[in-house]
Amino acid sequence: MADARSDIFARIREALKVKAPKPHFKAEGTTGQPVKVGKPWLPDGGETTDASLAILAEQLAKLKAVLVRVPDEAAAARAVAELAATKRWQKVAYHGDPLVRTVAQALPCAAWEADASFEKQQLEGCDAGLTSCESIVAQLGSILVSSASSGGRALSILPHVHVVVARVDQVVPDLAAALEQVRGRHGDRMPSMLSFITGPSRTGDIERILVLGAHGPKELYLLLVG
Amino acid sequence: MSDAKSTFLKDAAVNAADGDQRAFIRKALGGYYLNRDLQKARFRDWERARDAASLAKWTAVNDLANQLERFTTNFERNGGVVHWARDAAEARAIILKIAADANAKAIVKSKCMTSEEIHLNDALEKAGYGVVESDLGEFIQQLRGEAPYHFVFPCMHVKREAISELFTKHLGTAPTDSPEELTMIARRHLRQLYVDADIGITGANFLVAETGQISITENEGNARLTAALPRIHIALSGIEKVVNNLDDLAVLLPMLATAGAGQPMTCYNTLYSGPRKKGECDGPEEFHLVLLDNARTQLLADPEQRDALHCIRCGACLNVCPIFKNIGGLAYGTTYQGPIGSVITPHLRGLKQWNHLSGASSLCGACTDACPVRIDLHHHLLHNRRNAAKAAPTWFDRLFHGGFDFVIRRPRLFAFGGKVFRATLPVLQKLPLPYLRAWMKTRDLPKAPAKSFRDQWKESRHG
Repeated sequence: MADARSDIFARIREALKVKAPKPHFKAEGTTGQPVKVGKPWLPDGGETTDASLAILAEQLAKLKAVLVRVPDEAAAARAVAELAATKRWQKVAYHGDPLVRTVAQALPCAAWEADASFEKQQLEGCDAGLTSCESIVAQLGSILVSSASSGGRALSILPHVHVVVARVDQVVPDLAAALEQVRGRHGDRMPSMLSFITGPSRTGDIERILVLGAHGPKELYLLLVG
Repeated sequence: MSDAKSTFLKDAAVNAADGDQRAFIRKALGGYYLNRDLQKARFRDWERARDAASLAKWTAVNDLANQLERFTTNFERNGGVVHWARDAAEARAIILKIAADANAKAIVKSKCMTSEEIHLNDALEKAGYGVVESDLGEFIQQLRGEAPYHFVFPCMHVKREAISELFTKHLGTAPTDSPEELTMIARRHLRQLYVDADIGITGANFLVAETGQISITENEGNARLTAALPRIHIALSGIEKVVNNLDDLAVLLPMLATAGAGQPMTCYNTLYSGPRKKGECDGPEEFHLVLLDNARTQLLADPEQRDALHCIRCGACLNVCPIFKNIGGLAYGTTYQGPIGSVITPHLRGLKQWNHLSGASSLCGACTDACPVRIDLHHHLLHNRRNAAKAAPTWFDRLFHGGFDFVIRRPRLFAFGGKVFRATLPVLQKLPLPYLRAWMKTRDLPKAPAKSFRDQWKESRHG
C-alpha cells in the first residue's frame, strides 16, 4: 500500500485533471485602469501619516484598547509608572528591547526581564506584560507582535494586562504593508510566532454578549512615542 | 429513508415549533447583523474585496498539489513535522501516537472543527488522556456533552441560566446571571490547565505556501496560550486550507472577521512557523501538523462544486439562513451546519445518507450573497439534488417522472387523463394523500375548470 502522502497527492492530481472555470472577476484593477495603491477596495488605512494615525486612534477606541501618545521616552516611562501605581501592580514582566527596558526601569513595582527562559507559573502571576512590537496597522487597529520583538509567545498573552511601547514610525497604513514589511525584515527566517493583536481578548460566546478578557489580557495599552 | 434523514426531519420539526428558542437565536444574531454592516461599510468596495478573496482561494485550490508541496517543504524547513491522513481514523492514530511517544497526560485544545469532524476527543479520552476544550463556547459544549450548535458560535443557543447551572454542577461555582462573571469563571478554571498541559492541539485557518506558516484566527487568546505553553503543539487541518502567498491574508483575514463576526479583524490572528527557535525564550519543543483529506479530494474532483473548498469557515451563511435560524444548528446532525454544511456533507459523508440536507433550503440565495469567497451555495444544493436524483432516484421520483414522461408523449391519453382529473378533483381533495397532506393543511386545491384548455382552444377556433 502506498503511503498516505503519495496517495493523497495522487488523488489531488487525478481530481484536478478536470479544470474548474476561472471566476471572471475584475479584482486585479478597475476596468483596465492601473491600480495605484495596493488593494484599494479594503478598509482605508490612510495615505499620510496623520491620516493613518487618526484612523488608528478611532479603531483602537472602538476596540476598547487604550492609546496613549507621548512625546518622548521619559514621558512614556512616567505614563507607565503612573498606570502601575493606579492599578497597584505588584509584578511586571517585560521584553528586553531598549525602549521597553527604559520604560520598565521607571516602574514603581517589581519588574523582571522575561527574555531568558522562565517558569510559566511565574509569568502567570504577573499583573502586566510590557513588550515592543513589529508594527501597528492603522487600517484595523492591529498590533503585530512576534516571538522576536515581544519576548516570546506567552508574554503578550498570559499576563492580565498587555502594554505595548512603540514609536510612531512603526505605524503602517494597512495589513498588506505590515505583511510586506515582515517579509522584508525576516525573509526566510521568520520568528516562530507572529500575531496580529486587535484589541483586548474578547468573547461573545454567552448569548453573543461582548465580554473582554476571555483568556488573554483584559486590558490593552498602546504607548506611542514621538 | 436514511437514519440521518428521519432524525433530521424529527428534530427540525420540533425545533421549528419552539418559538422561544427561535426568538432567542434571532436576538443573539441581532448584534451581529448591525456590526457586520458597520464593518462592511468600512470596505471601500466590498464586492471587489469578495472577488479578490474568491480569486485567492480559487488559485490555491486549483493548484492544490503544487501549493501543498510548496507549503510542506517550507513548513518542514522551519522545523515542523508534517503528517498525512487519508481519513479520520488515520488522523486519530497519528495524534494518539504523538501523545503516546511524548508520554503525555493532559491535553488542552483550542477550537478546531476538523477535530470535531474526526471525533478526536472521544478517541483521546478513550485512550486515557484528559482533554479540555479551551474556547469558552467549546468548553461549555464539552461540559454539556453536546456537539457545537454553530461552527463559529458553538453555544449560541444556551441561555446564561443554563451555563450558570452547568458551572455550578461541574466546577462548584456560585450561580450568577452575568455573562462577564461566567466568562471569568471559565478563565480562572482554564488558566492552570494551559500551564499543566503537555500537548496543545489547535486547528488552522490558512496554510501559507510561500512561507510555510499556519495562520490561526481566534478572539479569546486560548489558541495563543495553547500554542505557547505546552511542550508539544499539534495542529490539525484539512488539505484545502492552503493559500499561495502571505499577501493573500491581507484580504482574507479582514473579510473572515467582518463576514463571520462583524469585526474589523478577529482579536488574534497568529502565524506559526515551527517550534521554538534558537534564541526564543518559550514555545513548544515540537510542532506537528496533521493534514487531512477525509474525502476532500472527492469534492475536489467535482469541478462544478470545487469552489465549496474555498470555504474559510466564517459562518456568514449560517447567520443569514432562514432554515438555520428556524431549525437550529443541532438538527443538521453534521460537523458543519447551515448552507455550507448542507453542500459539503453529502460529499464528505455520502450523498445517499445526506441528500435530504439539499432540501434544507428555501433557495433564497441569502447564503450565496453573504459568502465572502463567493461560493455558489444555493445552486450547489440544487446540483446535489440533481446528482442524487440521477444516482438513485426514489420510487416516487421514478413513478412521477416516468408516468409524466409516458403520458405527455401520448396526446389522447393526456386529454383523457385531464378529463379524469377534473372529474375526480373534488374527491381527491378529501383523500389522505401522503405527499399532499402537509401542503393541503393550509391550502385548498383550486377548483377544476369545466373545460380543458384544449377544448376551449378548439371552440374558439371553430366557434
